Amino acid sequence: MPSLTLLGQSLISGVMLGGLYALVALGLSLSWGLLRLVNLGHFALAFLGAYLVYHLGTVWHVDPWWAVLIIVPVFFVFGMLQHWVFVVFRVTELTSLLVTFGISVIVESILQWIWTADFRRYETHYAGVSLKVGPFYVPWLELVALIVAVGLAWASWAWLRWTYVGKALRATAEDADIAAAFGINHRLLSFLLSGVCAAYAAVAGAFIALVSTLAPSQIWAWLGVVFAVVIIGRLGNPVGALLAGILIGAAESLAMAVISPAWAPVVSFTILIVLLLWQPKWL
Amino acid sequence: MTGVRPLPALGVGSVIVMLAALPVAGLPAFYESFLYLMFYWIALATSWAILSGFAGYFSFGHAAFFGAGMYATAHLTVKMEVPFLAALPVAAGVAALLAAGIGAVVFRLRRLRGELFALLTLAVTFIVATIILNTPIDGGAGVLTSSVPLPRVISSSPSGTLYLLGLIVCVGSLAIAWWVSRSRLGMGLFAIHDDEDVAEVKGVPTFTYKLLAFTLSGAIAGVVGGVHATYVGFLTVSETFGITVPLYVVLMSVLGGARHWAGPAVGAVLIAASLYTFTSGDQATIGRGIVALVLIVAILLLPEGIVPTVLKQLRRRPVTRATPPDAPIATQAAPKRSDAPVLVVQDVRKSFGGVHALRGVSLEVRQGEILGLVGPNGSGKTTLINMITGHFPLDGGSIRIDGQEIGHQPAHAIAQRGIARTYQIPRPFAGLTVLDNVRLAAMFGGTGLSGAALDAEAHHWLAFTDLAGKAASLPAELNLHERKFLELARALVTRPRLLLLDEVLSGLNPAEIDSAIALIRAIRDQGASIVFVEHLMRAVVQLSDRVVVMNEGATLASGNPREVMRDPRVVAVYLGKAHVA
Repeated sequence: MPSLTLLGQSLISGVMLGGLYALVALGLSLSWGLLRLVNLGHFALAFLGAYLVYHLGTVWHVDPWWAVLIIVPVFFVFGMLQHWVFVVFRVTELTSLLVTFGISVIVESILQWIWTADFRRYETHYAGVSLKVGPFYVPWLELVALIVAVGLAWASWAWLRWTYVGKALRATAEDADIAAAFGINHRLLSFLLSGVCAAYAAVAGAFIALVSTLAPSQIWAWLGVVFAVVIIGRLGNPVGALLAGILIGAAESLAMAVISPAWAPVVSFTILIVLLLWQPKWL
Repeated sequence: MTGVRPLPALGVGSVIVMLAALPVAGLPAFYESFLYLMFYWIALATSWAILSGFAGYFSFGHAAFFGAGMYATAHLTVKMEVPFLAALPVAAGVAALLAAGIGAVVFRLRRLRGELFALLTLAVTFIVATIILNTPIDGGAGVLTSSVPLPRVISSSPSGTLYLLGLIVCVGSLAIAWWVSRSRLGMGLFAIHDDEDVAEVKGVPTFTYKLLAFTLSGAIAGVVGGVHATYVGFLTVSETFGITVPLYVVLMSVLGGARHWAGPAVGAVLIAASLYTFTSGDQATIGRGIVALVLIVAILLLPEGIVPTVLKQLRRRPVTRATPPDAPIATQAAPKRSDAPVLVVQDVRKSFGGVHALRGVSLEVRQGEILGLVGPNGSGKTTLINMITGHFPLDGGSIRIDGQEIGHQPAHAIAQRGIARTYQIPRPFAGLTVLDNVRLAAMFGGTGLSGAALDAEAHHWLAFTDLAGKAASLPAELNLHERKFLELARALVTRPRLLLLDEVLSGLNPAEIDSAIALIRAIRDQGASIVFVEHLMRAVVQLSDRVVVMNEGATLASGNPREVMRDPRVVAVYLGKAHVA
């Protein structure tokens, strides 16, 4: 049994990792829950964002925070364009999965073509900085990622809960025809939401670039865990995605410390399977 | 759905023989390897489609079964020195067990949605991979299989043997898919794809069929994996359980048309060939991107897949209509009307959350009578029908048919006992023709018919409901009146003991109502007992022998239609208390 300090430290890194999971899961959860589109391409988009932040930082020496500001609007437009294709071809939940898989493969090819298949690491001067809290170290970048995840999740939740646009989106998700009959322009709203989801991918990508190693094939590494987070957190529920991300991150990290790192994937998927079979009321 | 015509069968046979003779003819090893990969992808995609294409439950976990077969074979041949051919059946068995285990758990979920199934199977793949990685089966080092002795069939080179094994597996899986698509199992799977609840109520044992298809699909994938284990020569967990296999089989099947037995094969050939053209380095990167782009375009433009789209185009040309077979219809002597109860419902209760939909309903239906079931909207009439057909489980009370308790039986077993229903809003199987909709109901509805007698019966009831001219149409081409009559034909073809009609007249015009009333009388004259749920009082009074009035989940009154309709309590329920003079 590892020491309490080690357990506490791994709990902290797990929660931080969970923030990153939640950040990637947010856009996926919103588009799946509210637009009924399973956007596999979200991962590829996040990695495209990560590579762009990396490139802007290492080649043109643009600070990552400024890089995000440049990428977010670009991705917002990309998200709307992608949604335009979906609308024109009346893409269903299932075909959206297949089409966005195709998009992922194309993005992966582009990444590999431009940046090669080698692993890359974005070195910044704040990469190794940690805050020391009692016996524990809290990595600074991961903490910022967690704070941003909490902020975005809360803001999305408030947006859906209290604004006209949010209510209209939720009404459309329940029944698009009835919502349209009450004068909701769900097309316009769905474009807006698609743009927002893609912008979230850009934000997630920036943090991926800052805290982890980049390789084109890594697109697929996140897929399983983040889908587990999206489902456990309930589709279309941003706060749920945040909590689920933290739960999975912490569980994985503790499993790594207590059992062995190699068994970590079993933890998240076992949680997912147990929850799906148990079907508690809140899921 | 007729037997095999001799000419195509001959063609298929000679193609197989030619392909089998290629290694003897001295085909260069390069082509053998290329064709082997084709066979491999065809077999894998076809096996996937047996559950996922036919029944519509998309699995993203095909790598789990494929990988289980691969590692089972590797483990047996390398570490236990079992002969290769003896290891293959074990590989199939291991993969089949895995599929059956997963299926037995997840198919029990009442509200298992398609995308949840997809992700559950994906999750299982990751778990199986982690277990294999962390146990001595792989242990992280990989397993070297290139030294496994292969049986020498005709040629002396191992690539020739692999080629032949691939061919056998490929032809075998295509034959199985072809056979399933034409069998009772396939018919049931197609119905599950279109509307699982209706399939169950029409007598399809949905749980068993899904489990069978999943197990079969897993077993074939296990064999393919077993053969492929020797082809790759070196197994690693990340390659075996990676995202490639599950996603490629889905894409191949969807591109070719997952619902047709030959669709996945067509998709597999197209994708595998285009991947093969870009093999090295940079070219491979760009090639994969181009393949992905082509896929996107194909999926957007042909959402049904290549094979079904092409077949539909061919069918548009005028074809000589198949004349209905002239087999004699078995006529049954109409049992006399009597007071003997066919159906006895006693104190049936059902609540949904806090809503008490039924609070102790009791009624009986007698031999050969038409029982009118009326009541305001929300009084529980349709819920009662759903309870009798087994769609919802009972909270309390009992339902007996011919004295036998059916209250806790699955819906398909109840259907086979001779209870048929129609839906208020018609729910035909959208992917099956009108004729097949009726054939399916006859096949699973406990008639015991098959072959020509089944076809004759189906055609008979299509003619009876005036749909003979629409036999080859898809339900989408029918108008509401015809769709309601299709509902009737699907119920009648089972020769039900008890027929539950849920608002068959709503939405019809007066002339159509008159023809429907005549039809219902004709049905009764053939011996069925009928429960007739209706709001249209004219029809209720004209048709019913007795009437039961329901209100707020309980029976309010019953008896002769004219008397019951004058009962002040009934008038109050319908028109409010002020109207009761």
